This record gives sequence, structure tokens and C-alpha cells, in this order.
Amino acid sequence: MASLIPCPHCGVRPKEEFAIRGDASLVRPDPESSDETWNDYVHIRANPRGRYREHWQHVAGCRRWLVVERDTFTHEVFSVTDGSVRAWEIGR
Amino acid sequence: MTAYRLSAGGLVDRATSLNFTFDGQSMKGLAGDTLASALLANDQMLVGRSFKYHRPRGIVTAGASEPNALMTIGSGARTDPNTKATVAELYAGLEARSQNSWPSLKYDVGALNGLLSPFLSAGFYYKTFMWPAAFWEKVYEPIIRKAAGLGRAVLERDPEAYEKCWAHCDLLVVGSGPAGLMAALTAGRAGLRVILVDEGFRHGGSLLSETTPIDGEPAAAFVDKALSELATLPNVTLMARTTVFGWYDDNVFGALERVQKHLAVPSSKLPAERVWRIAAKRALLATGAEERPLVFGGNDRPGVMMAGALSTYANRYGVAAGKLVALFTNGSAGYRTAADLAAHGIDIAAIIDSRADSTEVAPFGTRVIRGGSIVDTKGRSRLSGITVERSGFEERIDCDAMGMSGGFSPVIHLACQRGAKPVWSETLKAFVAPDVGAGLRLAGSAAGLYALAACLKDGADKARTIASDLGLLTSAAHLPAVGEETTASFTALWYVPGARSKAFVDFQNDVHAKDLGLALREGFGHVEHAKRYTTNGMATDQGKLSNVNAVGILAGMQGVSPAELGTTTFRPFYTPVPFGALAGTSRDEHAAPKRVSPLHGWAARNKAVFIESGLWYRSSWFPRAGEKTWRESVDREVLNVRENVGLCDVSTLGKIEVFGPDAAEFLNRLYCNPFLKLPVGKARYGLMLREDGMVYDDGTTSRLSDEHFLVTTTTALAGGVMSHMEYCAQVLWPELKVRFCSVSDQWAQMAIAGPKSRLVVQALVEDDVSNAAFPFLAAKAVTLKGGLKGRLFRISFSGELAYELAVPAGYGEAVADKVMDVGRMHGICAYGLEALNVLRIEKGHVTHAELDGRVTPDDAGFGRMLSSQKADFIGKRLSTRFGLTAADRMQMVGLKPVEKDKDIRAGAHLLREGAKPSTLNDQGYVSSACYSPVLGQFIALGFLKSGRERYGEKVVVWDRLRGEETLAEICNPVFVDPANTKLNS
Amino acid sequence: MRYSAFSIVRNALSGNVNWKPAWRQPDPKPFYDVIIVGGGGHGLATAYYLAKEFGVRNIAVLEKGYLGSGNVGRNTTIVRSNYMLPGNEPFYEFSMKLWEGLEQDLNYNAMLSQRGIINLYHNDGQRDAYIRRGNAMWMEGVPAELLDRAALKKLLPYLNFDHARFPIMGGLLQKRGGTARHDAVAWGFGRAADRHGVDLIQNCEVTGIRRENGLVTGVETSRGFIGCAKLGLAAAGNTSRVGQMADLKLPIESHVLQAFVTEGLKPAIDHVITYGAGHFYISQSDKGGLVFGAEIDGYNSYAQRGNLATVEHVMEEGVTMIPGLSRVRVLRSWGGVMDMSMDGSPIISRTPIDNLYLNAGWCYGGFKATPASGWCFAHLIAKNETHPAARFLRLDRFERGFPIDEHGAGPQPNLH
Repeated sequence: MASLIPCPHCGVRPKEEFAIRGDASLVRPDPESSDETWNDYVHIRANPRGRYREHWQHVAGCRRWLVVERDTFTHEVFSVTDGSVRAWEIGR
Repeated sequence: MTAYRLSAGGLVDRATSLNFTFDGQSMKGLAGDTLASALLANDQMLVGRSFKYHRPRGIVTAGASEPNALMTIGSGARTDPNTKATVAELYAGLEARSQNSWPSLKYDVGALNGLLSPFLSAGFYYKTFMWPAAFWEKVYEPIIRKAAGLGRAVLERDPEAYEKCWAHCDLLVVGSGPAGLMAALTAGRAGLRVILVDEGFRHGGSLLSETTPIDGEPAAAFVDKALSELATLPNVTLMARTTVFGWYDDNVFGALERVQKHLAVPSSKLPAERVWRIAAKRALLATGAEERPLVFGGNDRPGVMMAGALSTYANRYGVAAGKLVALFTNGSAGYRTAADLAAHGIDIAAIIDSRADSTEVAPFGTRVIRGGSIVDTKGRSRLSGITVERSGFEERIDCDAMGMSGGFSPVIHLACQRGAKPVWSETLKAFVAPDVGAGLRLAGSAAGLYALAACLKDGADKARTIASDLGLLTSAAHLPAVGEETTASFTALWYVPGARSKAFVDFQNDVHAKDLGLALREGFGHVEHAKRYTTNGMATDQGKLSNVNAVGILAGMQGVSPAELGTTTFRPFYTPVPFGALAGTSRDEHAAPKRVSPLHGWAARNKAVFIESGLWYRSSWFPRAGEKTWRESVDREVLNVRENVGLCDVSTLGKIEVFGPDAAEFLNRLYCNPFLKLPVGKARYGLMLREDGMVYDDGTTSRLSDEHFLVTTTTALAGGVMSHMEYCAQVLWPELKVRFCSVSDQWAQMAIAGPKSRLVVQALVEDDVSNAAFPFLAAKAVTLKGGLKGRLFRISFSGELAYELAVPAGYGEAVADKVMDVGRMHGICAYGLEALNVLRIEKGHVTHAELDGRVTPDDAGFGRMLSSQKADFIGKRLSTRFGLTAADRMQMVGLKPVEKDKDIRAGAHLLREGAKPSTLNDQGYVSSACYSPVLGQFIALGFLKSGRERYGEKVVVWDRLRGEETLAEICNPVFVDPANTKLNS
Repeated sequence: MRYSAFSIVRNALSGNVNWKPAWRQPDPKPFYDVIIVGGGGHGLATAYYLAKEFGVRNIAVLEKGYLGSGNVGRNTTIVRSNYMLPGNEPFYEFSMKLWEGLEQDLNYNAMLSQRGIINLYHNDGQRDAYIRRGNAMWMEGVPAELLDRAALKKLLPYLNFDHARFPIMGGLLQKRGGTARHDAVAWGFGRAADRHGVDLIQNCEVTGIRRENGLVTGVETSRGFIGCAKLGLAAAGNTSRVGQMADLKLPIESHVLQAFVTEGLKPAIDHVITYGAGHFYISQSDKGGLVFGAEIDGYNSYAQRGNLATVEHVMEEGVTMIPGLSRVRVLRSWGGVMDMSMDGSPIISRTPIDNLYLNAGWCYGGFKATPASGWCFAHLIAKNETHPAARFLRLDRFERGFPIDEHGAGPQPNLH
């Protein structure tokens, strides 16, 4: 996982070209949502041991934000997709 | 010929003699020798002192697992401590020194520790040195530190170069012994891109000391033929002197190539060493097996060696480690060594076989003591004899070297570096690698096969499997014919009972069997506890020889199988790797890229003093003749800007173009203040928050057309803001039609500031820049006289009437020169970061010294900018949290010393007058401070609890760190022109 | 058995065969007044202080592996109290004071070595930030010194003064900072806790937290159900996994941090030094190895191993700071799983469940905190009230808007 990332736009590239932001399963709440929902979005993390979606940006490549789905224990990568595709999927 | 060099045989070049020194003494070796084989040839068995007891130690192995023969090689800045003599290639002029002894290797005062050994048992540190309390750090620790450690690092600048490279292949074969070589041949012939690496300076691995013929020829000839064939295959890369040290995610391997470590005078055109990152579709470990020492009394005497090493020294290097050699074995390997040595005419004192019922055949005339064991050894700097026990009878046998063989452990280190645990094999009496997936397989002895024919076949078979994995069909490999072999076998023997003296498990760290017993007795029986408590396996060899015996002994003492105990964790690096090689070219001035502004040349011509600012070099001030201090220059620059006009390079600010029908909506969500209604041709100061409500960055944003904006960021966050915007657009709001382009490097930008700036700017551009036509915060494309297109902004960081002029980067220097030309008659000066900083502090403007990531807009005095009208923007919701709106938050204020001649410096804290310094009483701190030449005194910006309510109050500026205390008055942070008349003039 | 000069001599002369186990190997009892989950440094220290300082009897520490198998045994052993923010500095100074008397208190030599820690600065802004920090330390009564370039040159002549990409301008020195022998800290607390009757139960993995009427009644473990009146979680690295058993929502991500040790060398580096133009830190152990590390790998991970790109980056920073490291060989690298909190500061706190207490979020600063963490957590569990030194380290500080953000990096764990 963290040696090589298969960027859907640029192909397999070394980790050094990417920047990592964090949990990609979070959805930015509606502005009217409760304080708790907002706090959960900004501060609370499921932090699973196992399958996990994470935002990586290919900063030294296509500059797209990607969703890397991988295992946090074995570091196996299951898929890498464009972040906006994912954003549309979850109905944003 | 030296005393212990055999008259014939070996893969050394007897015609090329090499001079070298050991502890200052001149010696001779041959090309093809390692330092160790050359030392042995010179009768130098004693080569070092052990870590704790300073016991005399000799060479034990002929490879990377060597625990004792650690040397300091080289001199001056080219000194390499802790180098294993057993893998160091001999070259003419090599200087080697022994370590950890004083005054000399032979007479070492530290050996007195041996007498104290009852007090130095495992874990002794933890129980003692506590009385009296103060003595630990003052007395005991310095003594322990001095006694510990091995070689000495010179810590001088390294004259040599290093580099790093990527390599890609279908199959990486690690090790070029029988399995590796056959695998490379098979895969190479099938057309796979193969990299074959070997840690030795010559490919061939164990084949280089093999005596069994292959295809009717000596094994070395088979190696030569195979290598010639591989060299003709364009898809095969051969790398010798290369150690694969680590296995990382995605089948990326780290490897260290010692490019020039074997040369007395390395070429300056090549790196000394090179780190390879090898991305391999598949890897095959053909790393062989490690022979185990036997744990018996006196097993650390110089001259007690691994049986296999004795064979290697004789067969490969033509060196006899001794003239009368005993062997102690629990399996067939000892007999094999005896045969090897006998073939070279070396006398065998006896073979002591721990097994009573063994049937192996010894060389003709050799005495075999079956069911015997060694309980003690004698000799000072070299073994002189052993005490053998059998059935209660003891016998002293003279010998000057001995070989021990306790069976074999497959070398599975790399396979277990990524979390997989080794598995105990009751059949092999060894830990073997578990299945770690298709990416990495093991072959040959590394997979537990010990016969030569089986290893050759296994290498070929595994390569075929891998080729078919990768979709290539291969025909059955031609396997070479191997001469007759004995069946390899051994029994487990972890500890030889009846030891009369210390029986060492870890030679380098001086861990003996009783230490393990003590660890167990004290509750440290878990394999990790035992390791950490006794330090077994923690030396520079990382337990390559000792770990399995320690596990066997601990398991035996607890009456369980080694399977139940398991092993400690295998981690990178397989063998130690120098810092320098892993750093490569990234060091000194090249540690990070260097960025210079498009106006760098202009600044240099104007004699700027440059300062690092992140990756940038920025002009700091512009000294003139006669100015003795930086302050003199800065004061002049500031006053000149306030009175006349100045030019400052602000090109390093981040510049991001924003396009699209939703650009305004996007910026409106990005910034905390409103942007929807920003008119075309106008700039606006914007404040960007993080989602937690704290200020992230600030800058001006200009609307160049309906759907085209230009965002500026601080220098430090140019990259960060760009990524943040991309995140927002791609992930948060993909429905917005907006695109960005960073143009930070495309524009040179200069601030032209001061009451006379309009005169200068008007002389440069075609457009009308009068206050009426181009008022404060105007922003538009302009044409410079001569036709160059640029952009002009009426914005001001200094608080003066000011413009920022942007031109394409390539024209930057020419335009800046022109500005200076035109401005000369108005008294223009170049001013740098320092003056800019003074100007902005005088005006109460913030930088990252204020906006340090813990500050809300309100803290910094921007509370009113937070748009309550907007439904949403980044940071809106969390900025209403209780803690972010609390009344006693620190707010930005101005500070002036009460006594005008006192100074204030950034980093000081604030206290109420008369209050005792304490964290509870801490009122705030000074974020920026400077001498204001306009006001003729020091001024500062700071953050103070409820500060805006406290203008006029006096506080103590408390700088205990520098021993200063100054009384200051709290004031409005805008020191100069609070009514903005200059700005708007 | 108390360690004394007498016991050392007596045992040495009798072949060291009479030493007693450092701790018992008890079977779990059906019920404890307090159970601590996690037999690392913090868990063991908590149990020790609960028993010794707060008079709690009937305590168990449950450890899924062996005692000290977590981050207490895989860190770079640095001890310091040079923090800037009022939420942190009093806590770490409390810890420092406990370190200073720890060995006598525990009757175990943890080899505390107050050799001084120096944070290098490379530009004016960084200098000012360190001055702010140094003055914050003095506010708490913690001595700090500002070293200029000349003073540094004298003290650390091997630093890169002539060819640094980011020139070394000076440093902030805390003389009382230093190192301790990490395993010994766990063992010392473990042995001392055992002597106070605490049951240290190894190979006992907690698999569930049983609750009735909103209160914890005990834990399901690999060795069966064990009841308790109060439960304290001190399982940094795995906090989220354990917390999930009680449906806790936590501001924590697990990240991997690598650390390194070189081959043994004669004394060469006599201080703890941190690089200001990067994240590198280094010291030399009493055994001679240079122990060092830098930043986390940056991705969420529960694997105790990192990647080569980070390894290389660490070495680059090291050689840039000390050019003479170039030829020193690195022996071993390892990885620890860090509880990275949202503001980079720890949590010692009550939870929404009244008899469940949380000790977590140590990021990569947990080792130095061990004694104070134990003390303050014990205080909280025993008295159900916060110790003054830890009063800001609350779990609810995020929703209430009181982050303790030393780096000013905001709620993104891999930036801290």
C-alpha cells in the first residue's frame, strides 16, 4: 500500500508523490445539522483495524483527490478511485 | 605464503598479493580474500573483545552473521566502525583496527569485568546503581557508557557520495547459491525480467565453497558458466555486493549496493554505496541456511568456529583456520567439514558427535567420539585444547581450532519482516517461513532443503511456477547432474550439559546460558522479555546465530516446544545499512529544493541579504555603504517607504487563479467573509478558516472578470491552500463548476509602497492610476509602457498608499530595474522582509506569527468579518463552540514599553503588574515585536486575555528566558495611521 | 525481594539462583474493584499508584500479550517537560518530577539520564516560538535556556554548522530532559505494582465490555469474564478497538511511527537533540546505540511496521543535521502504533459511562508521560475527580472548543 499507489489517472506511482488527509467515509454535514453531527464529522473517527477508505491526493501527479480503500493492518490496497466519483456516489 | 595459507586450492588469486594492516601490524593477503580469511592466513585468530566481559574473541563465521570479528576499517573521515571482517573484501592498503579493548587487544583492562561477572548477570543494571541516588548519573552511568559500545564513530563530514535508484523487475532473486542461480537461469531463459542479487563480492553463494562436482566439474566452474549465460541475457541484471535489507509493502525491496567499499581509492565519479528500491512482481528468496553454534562450556574461545566456516575458509580461500582441528557436531555437517579439511591435508584431532547412534562415516583414520560432548576449552589468544566428556569420562584433546555444527536454520528474515510469524517445523527442527503469498517465495536451503541437487531443482521449479504465475510457459529446466551427496541430517541440541565454564548463546552481547535461566527465574520467560532482559539477539548480528538457540534453551527450561515459545520479531535491516546510503544525495545544501523569486537577480544586484523562508530565499534587507548593522538598513528602508517610496519583492506569495461559473460561490464557501458580491476589478481581504473554526490562511482575492478570480495566499501555505481548495472542489462540492490553476511561479510581483508610489506607478503604466480611477482595493489588468501586459492591485501591507504590480515572471527583473530607474527621482529604495515586517507591525497587520493555527478570527480582531449572512462556509459551525467564543480568550493587542528606551521581543509572556509568574497567572504573549523608526521606540503585537477591553492598562512583558522584564502599555494594535488616510490617499 | 547492595552481593555469591520472580503469574479472580486494560507503561503505572497512593486494593491489569509489549518498549526513550501550552506543561512537569524520584520509589533502576534535551531552531520565527515556549516553561517553574549558535558550536560541534540547507541558529535547552531505559520503566512499575498486590494478568485479551443499566459490570476476556466496579482503559494504539466495545466515540486515529537504532558505538552524542527544520530526534543509549526517529508514516495503520520512503526521509534529516552520521550503520527499525488524537495532546478523562475511564491519545509523547499519566489516571479512577495537572486533558474538550494544539495544525492527526 504505502510503497506504491495505483492512481486511476496516472498509473502506479510511489508513495512520495501523494499526500494523505484521512478518513474518506466522512460526509460533510448539512449546515443545519446538530452540533453533535458536526463534532462527529470534524473530530470523531471510526479508526477501524481492517478495511478503510482514506483520502490521498496525488500532489505530484494529476492533483486529484483519491479514495484509497485498503486494509489498515495488512496494508493491502483494494481499490483506488477518484474522490469526486465517490462524492457523487454518496449523493453530494 | 603465510603460515596458515594452504599451498593450493581456493578461489583466491595467488599471483596478486595485497598488503594490509591490522592494529598497525603489516600483513599480506591475496586478491579474493576477505579481511577475515586474510587474518586467519596470518595466524590472527584473536580479533576482538566482547561487549560486556571484554573476553578475547576470534572469527566465528565466514559471512554476515559474524558476531565477533568487528573491525574499524579506514581512517580519518573515511572510518567505518563495526565492519564485519568476514564480509569485508580485502584491498591493498586496507587499515583495520580491533575494537573495545584498552590498552591493546591482547592485554585489555576491561577483561577485569570477567571477574565481576557474578555481579553482572542479566538485568543487573536494573537492580543496582541506585545508592546513593545521585550517583547513578554522576558516577555509574558515565562508566557504563564508556565501557559499552563497540567501535568509535568519528562524526566527521563524509567525503563520499551516495545515491538512490529505483529498479523494476518481474522476478527478484535474492542469493545466487544453487537455488538462486538455477532460478535466475530458468526465469531468464523464459524471458522474465530478472534481477539476481548477492551480498557477496562474487556470485555463487555456497557453491563457491562446494566440493561436490556439478556436471562433472567443480562447482565454481558451473557458477562461471551460469554467470556467462546470464550475462548474455538482456533481461537479466546481475548485482553482486548487494544486500536486500528489507521487504516493504507492494513487494518493494530495499537493497544496498556497495559500489566502491572494496577500493582503497574510490572514484569521485561514483557513489560509495547505492540504495535500490526494487519493485518486483515476484521475489524468490534463495538466501540459504545458517549453521547453528553449539552452546557448550568455553564455546567462545578464539578458534572455536562454525564448521561450515572452516570448510569455506579451506575450500574457497585456501586457508586453514588451524593445523589440528576438532569438530563438535550433532549432525552430518561436522563430518563433511572433516572431509573437506582432510582433503586439504589438515589434521583432524577428533570428531565429537553428540549422537551416540550416528552412522556417518568420518574420513579415514579420524577418531570419532560418538555420544560425546565438549564441556570446556582451553587457550588464551587461541584455542589449545578441549575437554571432552563421554559416559562420565573426561578427556583432554589438543587442538588449535575447532568447528561446531548444531544444525541449520533457513534464512527467512526477509519473509518475516512484514508481520508473518515464523513456523516451527518439527521435521526440520527449525523455524521456517509461513506462506506469505504469491509475491514472495523461498527456495533451496531457505526452504529447508539441504542437498545440493534438491536445491538446484527447487530453484528451477520455483522459477517455473513464478513464470507461469506471470503468464509465461516454460519448458522443463535442464538440471545439472550432481555428484554423490551424503544425506544431511541433525538432531536438535540447544544446550550441551555439563559446562565447566560459561556457555555463550550470544557471543557479541555476552549472554550465556545461565543468563537465560535467570531471566526465566525472574519471570522474563516470554521470548521478547528474555531478549530484552538479557539483550540476547540485540547485538549487531541481530541474533542470526543466537536467537534460535535462546528459544530452544528457554523452551527446554519450560518443558515446551520451541513452537510454543515462538521467535522474536524479524525487522529490517537484514544487515546494518549506513545512514548515508539511505539519505543518498539529499544532504547539506541539497537537503531540500531551493526556490528563488523571479526577482532574485534584481535583489542580488541591489545587494540584498537573503534569508531562508521555507524553501525560498527571500531578500531580507538591502544594506548601503556606511550602514553598520541590519537595523540601520531596516530603519532607513522603513522611513523611506513612509516618506517616499519603496519596492519590495512579494513574488513568493501563493497565487491561484480560479475560473468557472461557480467561482464566486466556491470562494464564498471557502472564506469566512462574503465574496459573492465582490465587483469585477476589485480586491478583497479574505480569511480562510479550518473546519474547526481556527484561522487557516489569509490573503487578498481579486475579481478579474465575472468568472475569474485571483486568490493570493501566504508564502508558507501556497501549496497547502491549493490542496485545500482542490479538496473542497473535488470532494466536498463536486457539483460546483470551478477550476484552479496555481500561478505562483508564473508572476513576478512587486509592492510599490509609499506616498510617492503613485508617481512611480503612473510613470510605468498606460492606465490611469489616480485615486479616482484606481482607488484602494482596485484590481485589474494593465498595460505597461512598451506594451507588456501586467496586473495591478491597489493593496497595502504597509499601510501606505501602495500598489502591487504583477508581470510575467520572465519580465520581472527588467520591470523591477525599470521601477528603480523611474523611482530614483522620487527617492525610491528597495526594501526587504525585515522592513516589510516593521511596516506591517506598525500598521497592526498579521502574519503567521499571529495566525499560528490556534487563533480565531475574533482573537485576531477580525470578528466582524465572520459572515452571519452566509448559510455555510468552511469553519462556520465549529467556530461557535463555547471555547472559541469564551470571554477570556486571548485577543490581539498592541504593546508599547512604558519607558520609551526599553525594548520588547517576541516570545515574551505577559503578566499583570505584581503578579507572581505562574501558568495560572500567565496572561498572554508577544507574537511580533520590532523597533519602529516612525515612533522611535519598540512596539509589539501580542495576544492578551480579554485584551481589547484592556487598552491603557499596564502589563509586565516577562522574558525570563533572556532575563528581561519590561513594563508595557496595552494599546490598539494599529500604531500608524489608524484612520487609513494614507492608505486611501 | 527488595533490591539492595546486600541482596546483589548475596545473590552473586550464591550463583544468582535465588532471585525471585519480578512479579507473580496470577490467575484472574472473578471480580476486581478496578481493572486496567493494557499492561503497558501507563496501565502498570496506573495500577501502581492506585495501590500505593490511593489505597485501592483488589486491582488487576489485563494485558493481551506480555507486559510492556506495546509502545513502552518501542519508543525512543525521551523524557522532557518542554511544552508551550498551559494544558500540557503542568502535566509534563508533574511527570518530570515523578521521574526524578522514580527509581528510589520503585526500587528499580530505570536508568533515568538527565543529559539535557536541545531543540534546534533555524529561523527567526522558530526562535520566537521557542522563546515563547521557554518562557511558558519558566512560568511553570521549569528551567529552560536559550542557546545561541556559538554556544551550540561549543556544546555540539558535530552539528552541520557550515553546509546546512536550513542554518542552525540556536537551540532551546532543557537540562533536566533526557532519556530512560524504556523496558525497565514497564518492568519497574510492574514489579512495584505486584508488590502492592496488583494482579498482572498477561495473555489476557479483552474481547468485550459488559454493561448493565449504563454501567460497566466487567470485561469479557480470552480467559473468561472478569467483573469489576471500575474499568480504566490504557490501551494506546488500540484505544479505538477497545473503546468500540463500550460504544465510545473517540477523536483518535491509529498511525504508525517508526524508530531506529544504530550499531553500538562508543559515546559520541551526549544529549537528546531534535532537528527544527524537520522532525528528527536522536540520542545515544547507555549501551551505545544511537536511538532516533522522526515523523509518522502518515496513513492510518495498525501494523507495527512502516515503509521505506519514511525510512529514507528520516535518514536524510539525520545526515542533514549531523553530517558525521553518514557512515554510521543503522541496525534495526521498528514500528509502533500511535493513538493520534485530533489536537496532538492526550486524554485522561471520564467517559459518558460513569465507571469507565479513558487514558488515550498519547500521539508520540506517551513515554515521558508514563509516571504522571499513571498518577493522574489513578487519581481520576480512585476519587472520580480530575487531578489538577491533567485538568485540561478532557475527552469533551473537542466538542466544547478547548483543543490543546501545540503545533497549531488543527484536527488532522497526521499533521501533529
